[in-house]
Amino acid sequence: MSLEDKFLWFFFAIACLLALASIIGRVLARRATSDSSVATIENLNQRVNAWWGMVIIFFVSYQLGGNATVVLFAFISLFALREFITLTPTTLGDHNALFSAFFILIPLQYLLIGTHWYSMFTLLIPVYAFLLLPAIAVLSQDTDAFLERTAKIQWGVMICIYCISHAPALLLLDLEGFQGQNALLLFYLVFVVQLSDVLQYVFGKLFGKHKVAPLVSPSKTVEGLVGGGLSATLIGGCMFWMTPFSFWQSLLMSFVIVAMGFLGGLVMSAIKRSLSAKDWGTMIKGHGGMLDRMDSICFAAPIFFHLTRYFFSVT
Amino acid sequence: MWISNALISVLRFLIGVTARWESPPDLSRQRIYFANHTSHMDTLAIIAALPPKARKNVKPVAAADYWGKNRFLSYISQQGLNAVLIERNPEPGVNVLEPIFDVVRDGHSIIIFPEGTRSSQALPGPFKSGLFRLAETFPDVDLVPIYLENLHRSMPKGKHVPLPIICTIRIGDPLPHIAHEEKQVFLERAREAILRLSK
Repeated sequence: MSLEDKFLWFFFAIACLLALASIIGRVLARRATSDSSVATIENLNQRVNAWWGMVIIFFVSYQLGGNATVVLFAFISLFALREFITLTPTTLGDHNALFSAFFILIPLQYLLIGTHWYSMFTLLIPVYAFLLLPAIAVLSQDTDAFLERTAKIQWGVMICIYCISHAPALLLLDLEGFQGQNALLLFYLVFVVQLSDVLQYVFGKLFGKHKVAPLVSPSKTVEGLVGGGLSATLIGGCMFWMTPFSFWQSLLMSFVIVAMGFLGGLVMSAIKRSLSAKDWGTMIKGHGGMLDRMDSICFAAPIFFHLTRYFFSVT
Repeated sequence: MWISNALISVLRFLIGVTARWESPPDLSRQRIYFANHTSHMDTLAIIAALPPKARKNVKPVAAADYWGKNRFLSYISQQGLNAVLIERNPEPGVNVLEPIFDVVRDGHSIIIFPEGTRSSQALPGPFKSGLFRLAETFPDVDLVPIYLENLHRSMPKGKHVPLPIICTIRIGDPLPHIAHEEKQVFLERAREAILRLSK
């Protein structure tokens, strides 16, 4: 199969899945009677509609080429960081540091991906931003809770820019026998992560009884995690045809992606709770904010990127 | 109006400006919106939060010493925002509020910041008497409190670039009208209405 064929099959399959989900949603909406089930189904349908929107955005960005995908993720980082900083108590003294994070770091980080400058892409935020952001903040001489404020900004920047940028960074890998097809790897990552989230939600709603971490995230159940996680791993394994991996390698990679995605959801939930919020935002109807949808990607993308680079890159 | 539409789009992209109404508003009535004032974006943020049909008839009150400072700002404020400019430091004997009275008499709704200046705090300080005089002169016009959330974080006093932080415009129910109310009591009640929205 050529790249174009694989790509079209992939999106055709997703469109079929979503169409099925839309039909099921309609049928359930007619059957729902009690208030709570009506609310659940309405939320389900909002989620499915939002999925249509997200898939269309990805489809169009692929058609426009690699740079468009990089720009798309730059905006995802911007919206994610916007949500993170909105919930984080920062003060006037952080204004210039935050200005640099939003308007210098985000464009720069994605420019480094666009220009394939790998070493600087991995160092910019952990080294340069780590040292320079507090240096900028200290000039305003506000020492109240300085460490807390600095740490929170650093965390936001790491999660929302550094971690998310590892997804489009898959485009700059040079993989053996896979040249020019890296976009498929990006779709593979996003697909497995999001499928795992969706299947955990479905299994949880259908069979969920035992909560995994009730204090952190009341909606995550053992049944959802095991059922959804394992089926997503298996489906991910079967998607090996769009990756440079064999079936078994793909199965292992999917397992890592699912596990990291789950942990990411859990950690981001805990952060949300410590900032006393239920959702990160309201941007994506039915899902909450951008970070509610990206939390699993934040954790899965960097690890998937490095494993792939370590084991499969030619350089 | 293309200028205000362009400005509103930029603002939406940067700071979201979602409106949260305490209860569904009756936009057919003439209204005086009053809000806490922390940034140069406040006026535009309120206009952006209003439904399009309410936007047309609303005139924000702005200080002539800032918004009339140069041709650019004066073009933006008058053509883009449809503002009424008032002198904050008038010559003796001149009624500062006269231009505002004129537009309210003409049937326009207005936006006013009763503290008279931007504050570096999120919550409003004491109000000046202008709001009281408006309420006294126009008892039939609804007085609507607005709390602007996070705008002091996005573009605090002294900073010139807004940060992308999501700002929410909390619009309350009109203040109940109480006849023969003392000035200080009224101003405190109006301020309390904004504090209530901030919680």
